[in-house]
Amino acid sequence: MDFQPDPQMLQFRNEVRTWIRENLPEHIRRRAWRDYHVDREGIREWMKILHAKGWSAPHWPKEYGGPGWTPIQNFIFHEELRAAGAPVLDRGGLELVGPVIYTYGNEEQKARFLPPILSGDIWWGQGFSEPGAGSDLVSLKTRADYDPATDEYVVNGTKIWTSDAQHADMMFTLVRTDQDAKPQRGISFLMIDLKAPGVERRPIYTIDEGLTVNQFFFDDVRVPANNLIGEAGRGWSYAKFLLTNERTMSAEVPHSERDLIQLERIARTVTKNGRAVIEDPLFQAKLSRLSIDLTALKWAVMRVLYAAHGDTRLDSVASVLKLRGAELRQRTAELAAEALGDHGLAVVHDPDNHDHVKNDGLAPDIIEDGYGITHKCMYRRTTTIYGGSNEIQRNIIAKAILGL
Amino acid sequence: MDFNLTTEQEALSDSVRRFVERDYGFDKRRAIMDSADGISAEIWNKMAELGWFGAGLSEDAGGFGGGAVENALIAEGLGRGLVVEPFIANAVLTLQTLAALGPFEGREVLVEGIVAGTHKAVLAHGEADARGNPRIVATKATKADGSWSLSGAKSLVLGAPSADTLIVSARTGPGDGDISLFRVDPAAAGLSANVYRLLDNSRVSDLKLDGVVGTLIGPEGGALSAIEAGIDHATVTLCAEAVGAMDTALFMTRDYLKTRQQFGQPIGNFQALQHRMADMLVELELARSMVFQGLAALVEGDADQRRRGVSASKVMIGDAGLFVGRQSIQLHGGIGMTEEYAIGHYYRRLFVIAGLFGNADIHLVRYGDLSWAA
Repeated sequence: MDFQPDPQMLQFRNEVRTWIRENLPEHIRRRAWRDYHVDREGIREWMKILHAKGWSAPHWPKEYGGPGWTPIQNFIFHEELRAAGAPVLDRGGLELVGPVIYTYGNEEQKARFLPPILSGDIWWGQGFSEPGAGSDLVSLKTRADYDPATDEYVVNGTKIWTSDAQHADMMFTLVRTDQDAKPQRGISFLMIDLKAPGVERRPIYTIDEGLTVNQFFFDDVRVPANNLIGEAGRGWSYAKFLLTNERTMSAEVPHSERDLIQLERIARTVTKNGRAVIEDPLFQAKLSRLSIDLTALKWAVMRVLYAAHGDTRLDSVASVLKLRGAELRQRTAELAAEALGDHGLAVVHDPDNHDHVKNDGLAPDIIEDGYGITHKCMYRRTTTIYGGSNEIQRNIIAKAILGL
Repeated sequence: MDFNLTTEQEALSDSVRRFVERDYGFDKRRAIMDSADGISAEIWNKMAELGWFGAGLSEDAGGFGGGAVENALIAEGLGRGLVVEPFIANAVLTLQTLAALGPFEGREVLVEGIVAGTHKAVLAHGEADARGNPRIVATKATKADGSWSLSGAKSLVLGAPSADTLIVSARTGPGDGDISLFRVDPAAAGLSANVYRLLDNSRVSDLKLDGVVGTLIGPEGGALSAIEAGIDHATVTLCAEAVGAMDTALFMTRDYLKTRQQFGQPIGNFQALQHRMADMLVELELARSMVFQGLAALVEGDADQRRRGVSASKVMIGDAGLFVGRQSIQLHGGIGMTEEYAIGHYYRRLFVIAGLFGNADIHLVRYGDLSWAA
């Protein structure tokens, strides 16, 4: 065991930091720093720049177009992206479905789907949850019936809470292809073209007044059989692979670190009784606790990334990451709103995006770092719900780790 | 950076685990606690024979070439067995302070004796008013006719009742950094010690010094940085001990939930209790991660970065230990409240650990000062 910092990793960090600073366009940075909902055009432009450098899929293996980095390098890269104000890339494609395709897909699927994910040309939504199947995902009802005459599946049903899918071209879904099999065995992993006839989208506005999530309805949507990944009936295991594949990412440490930078800047700018809020002892104590808790989470991520063979508790660590990471994202947003004072109570819409429930044009004259804060405060109530709610995470810990 | 234990570190960790399992059962511990001195010479000698007192000390400073990782591995194991012998006081706090202090006459002999287990020397630095802030020292040393005389009071001196040498800090000038260290004979004239037990059954002393003769060791007025380095090292070691105690308490509680029957089933079937256990595991694993963070902070070249990192670990782990300790009792119910049952003693140790070397408030302020200064 040795905790001297790695000189090579410091050098790597400097290299990516310099490159990002020199190549991230200012208009993309400014919008992403405000951290509202995704800006597809900006992200596509940024993806092209990253793709030309070979860095658009940092965690993918080299043979599929990744840079061949270690998990540590990938983590450092994400920290630097976030700290520089770069936008989040298309998670659905890069982090979720991409690894499923290159792990379980056939050659034709790899050739068809992977290159446009790498280049940012095709975006993916995730179609797992249904109105009647949330935490109890295995009870999903959307059905895909095979039609041997055309070698197609015919999809009927609905998927809900699909994040950013108003921008998506494709959706990877879990569908029931066998109505008679045991619940988990009847599920397949099917990729659906969202422009196909019979697909209808309904936007769902959330408590931040913005649009992130959607509901999709499938009415006799015909999907080529070759859009089914791996074997029919094994979709559940591919989904589990997908959900555990990015377990260290689910802690969202780089995002929370970036939020802390923004929070500190707000607290140095906004005053309380004539002095910067950060000098207020009670506020500073809360800020310190948040920073310490984030440090603890980061070191838990480090344990997983360095994956020491003697660390018998690695599985336990992985399961705490999502749970605590989600809580910290809520706390950073709430403390930032508190630091803002009066304007921390105001509705402040994204000036670059007018897709809101209500566009009355009312807004306070807020400091630049104040954009997006109250919006995040509201929207981030979702972090402890999505990707397996914190209560489901606790069930998993109690059963899988503690054997209760 | 490498999270893997070396072969030697794995062997060390195994030896502590075996020692606690074989030689430090709960009944044995109780017998030691009830003995006149409250510690066991036999256990102390065994720990010395196993080489633990020099395991975390560099060769330059007279040890076996290890560092904070070795001390943390030993402490984690000792935490599992709630070992009351003052390992940290002697082998970590004293030795690391002396290592940071630099050379002085008689250092080699003193260090050799501690490493061999033949001498017990403890640092008497803390004062009641300081509450764990290492920079607050009111005890004064004055020089007359070439000899130093110390007056003041030291509080909660770990390991003092069994020590044959005291290393006492005192102010030798008006400036913040004018702190020096003195070697003091526990039997010296003018020194009175009030011995008492902490909640974890360790024995400590409050010292009153009234014109006590001391021998200056190290530079006059230049000891504070060495004292802080020693306390920081001991604090991280203490954090590792907390993780050992938390881990044991948590899995002891888990086992209890699987056997205790109520409403016709093991109470571990109930989701309210399962979720509490999950929350305890979250705190435990984050605490374990924060020990690594603290170990990394100790090898920082910059002293302020070291202080900041150590404080972060102490804040997080102190609180996590209290949470796990409290909930372990809660989930045990009535049996957890009994003196004869082990779980309460884990809480008692974790309660003490949360307050030693500065509680969360002290470290939160230090962390804040080092993080957010304009």
